[in-house]
Amino acid sequence: MSQLILDRLVATFTGGELEQIGTQHGNEWARVRRDAWRTVCAFLRDDPACDLKMPTDLTAVDRLSREPRFDVVVHLYSVTKKHRVRLYAGVPEDDCALDSLVPVWPGMEWFEREAYDLYGVRFRGHPDLRRILMYPEFVGHPLRKDYPKEKRQPLIRRSGFPGKPE
Amino acid sequence: MGLEIYNSTVQAAVNWARKFSLFQYPFVTACCGMEFMSTAAPKYDLARFGAEFPRFSPRQADLLIIVGTITERQGPALRRIYDQMCEPKWVVAFGVCASTGGFYQNYSTMPGADQVVPVDVYIPGCPPRPEQVLDALILLQERIQRGEGHSQIVLKAEAGHDVPIAAIRPRDKGPQAAPIGTQPHAVRPESAK
Repeated sequence: MSQLILDRLVATFTGGELEQIGTQHGNEWARVRRDAWRTVCAFLRDDPACDLKMPTDLTAVDRLSREPRFDVVVHLYSVTKKHRVRLYAGVPEDDCALDSLVPVWPGMEWFEREAYDLYGVRFRGHPDLRRILMYPEFVGHPLRKDYPKEKRQPLIRRSGFPGKPE
Repeated sequence: MGLEIYNSTVQAAVNWARKFSLFQYPFVTACCGMEFMSTAAPKYDLARFGAEFPRFSPRQADLLIIVGTITERQGPALRRIYDQMCEPKWVVAFGVCASTGGFYQNYSTMPGADQVVPVDVYIPGCPPRPEQVLDALILLQERIQRGEGHSQIVLKAEAGHDVPIAAIRPRDKGPQAAPIGTQPHAVRPESAK
């Protein structure tokens, strides 16, 4: 469906920026080297044949036992060409950071805040990287697979209820 | 003796008046709000039972209806709203999420609004049908008439009366929430750095 995008990427990035490409259920995806993340995205936005002006989603995936541990995923769509592609970038746990896509698409600001809040991936160059869903007092990142799924961090409790803060 | 009879008679009359003039504050957070609107709309008509006007200021309300999921983050705001209401006041938990957390069993959802405010009547259902809501309202009216709402019992106990229910807690002051807007928002926990 959008083999054209992968062809453009393969033809343009010959320095090992593309780690892997593939097709699954008719959707093309590419795994991008971490330091080329912003460059590849900016190319896909500006290239007239791809014209992927609309990022529909950005999130992260925790693949706990794998190295690198996290994947940051972005879904791109072209309103004019009506094709889409999915990009991955692996982020290791000990240096959990990735270039921000806000300079490429300003609308990515809140998506990256969400990924930071829930997975703890820091985005370099993000203008305002702080929690967006959880409260500032929250410790840890709840969608990481090593976060206990029912561990609550209450802000307030009545007297006589378990988990009372203070 | 005469004074007690006078007191109880007056109390009964006052409670009768209270139960038919509930001013509700709907704390609507989720999809149960649709069902609450249906209950308040003409077909089911909550107003028939005296709960006519939703007041969107807790200071003018005496019935807090918690409609929908309460997250841990909303806890301080909910407590603040309850603290702002005039006494006596009553609380209804509308739907399973407000009652117990419902099917959300995770890091973010509060397991029942009664973790931060005392709840008088729980309405199960996901969402509850309007008939259930009306049933709960009638149940609440009966409790008000008998003077058994949480805040009524607390007021009685503070006035030095014998309180018939053994299970009453000491006056529920709860921890005061920090004023909204004063918490440093950009502080990042140590583990996230």
